[in-house]
Amino acid sequence: MYRGWRRRWLGLLYLSPALLFVLAFTVLPLAQMGWMSLHNWSLISPPTWVGLDNYTRAFHDRQFWVSFRFTLEYTLLITPILIIGGYLLALLTSGDTMMRRFTRTVLFTPVVIGLGVSSLLWYWLFSTDFGPINALLRDAGVIGEPVVWLGVDADRSLIAITASVVWKVIGFGMVLFIGAIQAIPTEITEASVVDGAGFRQRVTRIILPLTLRTVLLVTLLSVVGSLLAFDQFYIMTAGQPQNQTSTSVFFVYLNSFPYLKLGYGAALSMVLALTILAFTVLQLLLARRSHS
Amino acid sequence: MRRRGYLVGAVCVALCTVMLMPLLASVLASVKPTEEAAATPPTYLPHALSLDSYERLWNYQQGLPTYLFNSFGTAVLTIVFTLALTVPAAYALARFRVPAKELVFVVLLLALIVPYQALLTPMFLTFAKVGLTNSLVGLAIVHTAIQLPFSVYVLRNSFAAVPRELEEAAVMDGANSHQALRRVFLPAAFPAVVTVALFAFIMSWNEFLGALVMMSKGSKFTLPLVLAAARTETSLGGTDWGMLQAGITISIVPCVAVYLLLQRYYVSGLMSGAVK
Repeated sequence: MYRGWRRRWLGLLYLSPALLFVLAFTVLPLAQMGWMSLHNWSLISPPTWVGLDNYTRAFHDRQFWVSFRFTLEYTLLITPILIIGGYLLALLTSGDTMMRRFTRTVLFTPVVIGLGVSSLLWYWLFSTDFGPINALLRDAGVIGEPVVWLGVDADRSLIAITASVVWKVIGFGMVLFIGAIQAIPTEITEASVVDGAGFRQRVTRIILPLTLRTVLLVTLLSVVGSLLAFDQFYIMTAGQPQNQTSTSVFFVYLNSFPYLKLGYGAALSMVLALTILAFTVLQLLLARRSHS
Repeated sequence: MRRRGYLVGAVCVALCTVMLMPLLASVLASVKPTEEAAATPPTYLPHALSLDSYERLWNYQQGLPTYLFNSFGTAVLTIVFTLALTVPAAYALARFRVPAKELVFVVLLLALIVPYQALLTPMFLTFAKVGLTNSLVGLAIVHTAIQLPFSVYVLRNSFAAVPRELEEAAVMDGANSHQALRRVFLPAAFPAVVTVALFAFIMSWNEFLGALVMMSKGSKFTLPLVLAAARTETSLGGTDWGMLQAGITISIVPCVAVYLLLQRYYVSGLMSGAVK
């Protein structure tokens, strides 16, 4: 076999295309973003050094806090629904009967649909006069007048968007939970049945503790995904009313592109990236602790 | 016990109905005649069948073929770039002792934890300088950057699982490391390669924000971008709901078809990427 220096440098050679790619398209933009965040720049005029002004400006920007708070609200609303819902669905469908396999396939199907496209679909389902949801609710006698779901009332928009995203991604957590449940050695579950444990005891004493790492992982994925939410808000409410439903990424996008406040947008991106990093590190620490 | 079986069955049927209803409603709305697709209140089942909405979509602005070409082109380029970069990288990580391994690892980890949403502005500025905005290659580069860490991870795991004896036998027969990759590792880890290609396709076909930032010319729009633009554009004073549904149906079909055909790869790939 290839020993010594040849094997070592050959490995680096194989690795170099990917490494150069990551340097060029992740590390370099990251450095550029850091540089931009310390400048005032609107493309028309050359960048001028402003130090940490963009950051202090973000700190005092009311709209920044509105969007940050709204993003947190969305995250805190959707994550428990996805975790608990996904887990219940996993418990329901983790068998091997035809019915369960079929249900699993159906529940997972929306996961492969684009978030942008599914948001367009739900934009129509929730539309005031043309939407089937209002039609169904009215025919069922729940509402009299059509409800304006999107873009007029922030809370109502949040509920509608959350419903659409739950529909789209619930199958994702479900599949990861099924994987974790199936990885539990059968001897353990069989022994517990012999010992007379009921279904509820089996779930709370065996299945849940042994799948805790996956619960943490799905929580992390859900939190990060929600903190970075964009498509669904851009498409379903466009931040309306009065930017009350603009998420953090939406706010960065607005400042960077339509408004061309590039330095400010970069500072906001930096804050966002650091927030994500903080959550990731926190979750990894928790996961390590639960493991030992 | 029997009663619980019936209960599970009933819950499963109810869940499937709820999950499929939106998709079914969209497909049905796409085959309604023009006036019925825009009716208030909407009809549940089409009173007549018509492909008017698809015809309007076909001729919408630059024409559907342009947008399909853009979406497919970007997705295929993304698959090619992703595999070309990640197959050798995963091979190296699985089977070679690489110099400065920690540094390499940190760089790759950075790609994993920095959200691409935050990097789009600097990328856009650089791409604008070298003419990669409004270009399928440029968008495919963004999509490859998004997809790279996951792909390296999945492929590394499956290359590492290839039995050493297989590799040694090939080396005994005089294969160099490149031949060993081609003749031993790629065939043995073929399901993982399919998985990575599949994920790259679905992500690229569906991705929205990167395309929104990179593509400012209508002729370079991907399918989701055109539909998002058509949502607010008015024809006769309102959104063309029928055409929108036709577009949604067409965007969904390739993903769902690919998923149903290669389901086993998809789900196991997801688990090997996340659970381990």
